[in-house]
Amino acid sequence: MNAATITDRHPGDVLLRRERFPHIWCPGCGLGNALRCYVEAMKVSDTPLDKHVVVSGIGCSGRVAGYVNIDSYHTTHGRPIPFATGLKLMKPELEVTVFSGDGDLITIGGNHFIHTARRNLDLNILFVNNFNYGMTGGQFGATTPYAARTTTTPYGNFEQAFNMPLLAAACGAPFVARWTTLHVRQLKEAIQRAFEVEGFAFVEIISPCPIGFGRKNRFADAMDEMTHFREGAVVDHDADLREVGITMRRGDPIVVGNFVDVERPSYDVGKRKLLQKVREGLP
Amino acid sequence: MAGFGGQGIITAGKILGRAAVLYDQGSAVLTEDYGPEKMGGWSKADLVISEKEIRYPIVDKPDVFLAMAQDGFDRFHETLRPDGRALFEKGLVHPTREWKRKTSFIPALKAAEELGRKVVANIVMIGALVELTDVVTREAAQKAILDSVPKGTEQLNEEAFRKGGELARGGAS
Amino acid sequence: MLDSRPVLTGEHFVKGDVAVMEGAIAAGCRFYAGYPITPSSEIAERASQRLPLVGGEYIQMEDEIGSLAAVIGASCGGAKAMTATSGPGLSLMMEHIGLASMLETPCVIVDVQRGGPSTGLPTLTSQGDMMQARWGSHGDYEIVAYAPSTVQEMFDFAIKAFNAAETYRIPVLVMADQIIAQMTTKLVIPPEEEIETVYRPIPDVPAEEYLPFDSSYLVPPMALAGTGYRLHMTGLTHSDAGYPETNVPGQEALVPRLVRKIRENEEKIVEVEERLVDDAEVGLVIYGSTAGPGWEAVQAARKEGIKAGMLRLVTPWPFPRTPVRRLSEQVDAILVAEVNMGQMVHPVTEQAECPVHHLGLPGGRIFHPNEILRGLRKVVT
Repeated sequence: MNAATITDRHPGDVLLRRERFPHIWCPGCGLGNALRCYVEAMKVSDTPLDKHVVVSGIGCSGRVAGYVNIDSYHTTHGRPIPFATGLKLMKPELEVTVFSGDGDLITIGGNHFIHTARRNLDLNILFVNNFNYGMTGGQFGATTPYAARTTTTPYGNFEQAFNMPLLAAACGAPFVARWTTLHVRQLKEAIQRAFEVEGFAFVEIISPCPIGFGRKNRFADAMDEMTHFREGAVVDHDADLREVGITMRRGDPIVVGNFVDVERPSYDVGKRKLLQKVREGLP
Repeated sequence: MAGFGGQGIITAGKILGRAAVLYDQGSAVLTEDYGPEKMGGWSKADLVISEKEIRYPIVDKPDVFLAMAQDGFDRFHETLRPDGRALFEKGLVHPTREWKRKTSFIPALKAAEELGRKVVANIVMIGALVELTDVVTREAAQKAILDSVPKGTEQLNEEAFRKGGELARGGAS
Repeated sequence: MLDSRPVLTGEHFVKGDVAVMEGAIAAGCRFYAGYPITPSSEIAERASQRLPLVGGEYIQMEDEIGSLAAVIGASCGGAKAMTATSGPGLSLMMEHIGLASMLETPCVIVDVQRGGPSTGLPTLTSQGDMMQARWGSHGDYEIVAYAPSTVQEMFDFAIKAFNAAETYRIPVLVMADQIIAQMTTKLVIPPEEEIETVYRPIPDVPAEEYLPFDSSYLVPPMALAGTGYRLHMTGLTHSDAGYPETNVPGQEALVPRLVRKIRENEEKIVEVEERLVDDAEVGLVIYGSTAGPGWEAVQAARKEGIKAGMLRLVTPWPFPRTPVRRLSEQVDAILVAEVNMGQMVHPVTEQAECPVHHLGLPGGRIFHPNEILRGLRKVVT
């Protein structure tokens, strides 16, 4: 085994804004892994880096936009998808990725999510799910499992959580995947595939939040939560999506995989088809 | 001008306004009002035509009142100036006994049916209106009708317009 | 009917809603995102018909929040972009008027005012959104607003609005109302070469030297997405380089500049129309659809021997402080007539050296000239 060496360069330097580090995320947070996988996927993508754009919203995940050295827009809470919609429509040659968390993307921003999936707009959605609102102090959101403790569910969460792969698929997303922040290789490959898919490509990234979620829910620390991911992860690309909801209870599985990868005409393809006839008829 | 949705009241307003603005070199402002129903509710087109610039677009007391449905009469007949002129669709509008204004009853719907298309009843009414008043010139109205109607129906609409004038001249009542 | 010319030069008989969209297209607008709402839906309908023919994009979003977000995204991609709405929708857009101010993305919002509050009077007129237009989003920022009084001005002011938005990199509002938006009348569209348009400043330095919010400029050049600048923009208080700077020095460096962009150019931006003010003893201050009845009232007052003059706020925002003060130094009293329960009367009062009276309507209709005439009579006695 080689001795560990300390260097002042990070393998992702070409795509990270070094001067912005250290980042604001807590020790043990999964966002670093998710960011790394995104960066690694960009490095090998066919699209030049100057044509990659990231749009984020508010929350811990929103800060990703400030650390990636590409055109990056840190917008308002819940609205990165509609912002990205305008950008993509005007500049279809750009590879536009929305990087967002559970509070941002599917709680306050849920309406934009379902409609943009339905439209099948060509966006990549990297959705970091850590089951709570981390930045505001660990409140519950739309993916917090039933009975989980958060700062606003002191008696356990009364509500049921969204099963995101099922929702995305039901809305018509042609690509739906889920990996945890432990599955770095599979996650990177899923992001690469999301870049290639013409349409609404959705990648759920299950991530530890030791401070906001873990410690209130019997995960001693980040390693403990990651251990649960490792022990619970079941790779099943053909899983019945009705069965892939996450409880975060020890012993219950976390089903991961590239669940959906189908052809479905994107918004752009559908639009061109109808407009072509109109344009042909013009004087 | 008042009637119910589908009778082409608003279209009639657009044609007359267009005639005044684009072909008579005058000013015109059209405002529209409807009942909440998307189809079949009441509809009203208020049109101000003037040689001068129009600073107040609302019609409080019209000089001319055209009704193509009883509901239009009921709602708006009291607004007509005492010396104003009324044009009513003969088969569909029946004024109250107290109604004493100068009025022409035009069997526009019947005429339109005879021409083969009920939908041109509004154009028959325009023909009568142009004959009986000087709101727009005949030439301007004819040009505005041709710009406004669907391709292939020009001849039918021209006939409807002519028929309206004829009915008005014949003192239809 | 289908016409792919961006500027439909000639005479038309159209609604104000159509005129404003044609003005926008003539100004170079190539992106519209909106959500249908009475009485502005005809703007969306026109946009959906025309933009695809002139190489633009129309998208109907799931709500007004998303609509303005998409407009800002399109603007960051380089488009001249707009949305249109009415009262309830404008309320939902407040969040992104703030974002557009903070990211300094040019955009235009047409608000066809209808009676409120809440759902109020969907089909009837109002001037009740004037204060919301200026102050509705949280924090300190400045916007520009134009108030058209005619269908022709719906066209003309759409162009002015885009030019101001692009010049200062701000959101600009066209404060129309139901009457002007839905009346059909004459519109004259000039030849394309007579229409002056402005595009935002863009950087001419290499990426390494570029600062997206360079405070040595009042209005810094704006790099567009995908042009190699690899810029960062955030709604957080940010440094010249664009990165979060959420502290007092950051705030004190950024926010005053956002405000100064407009305050220091106020003289250039402000527009009023003055009629018969030179010898006036009573001043009538109006804007938007109140201008027509107001002018009729002033003329009628003159016939009665009341020396009335009219000041029309072409740009309610920034508020025409100097013209109002000048008027107030000359006349004995000012009457502000507006279709709300008292909004623009406040900045008038703030500037005026003479007594200021208010004549208001709660919405639903415009003034009859006689109502304003009676108001003028009351003020002079």
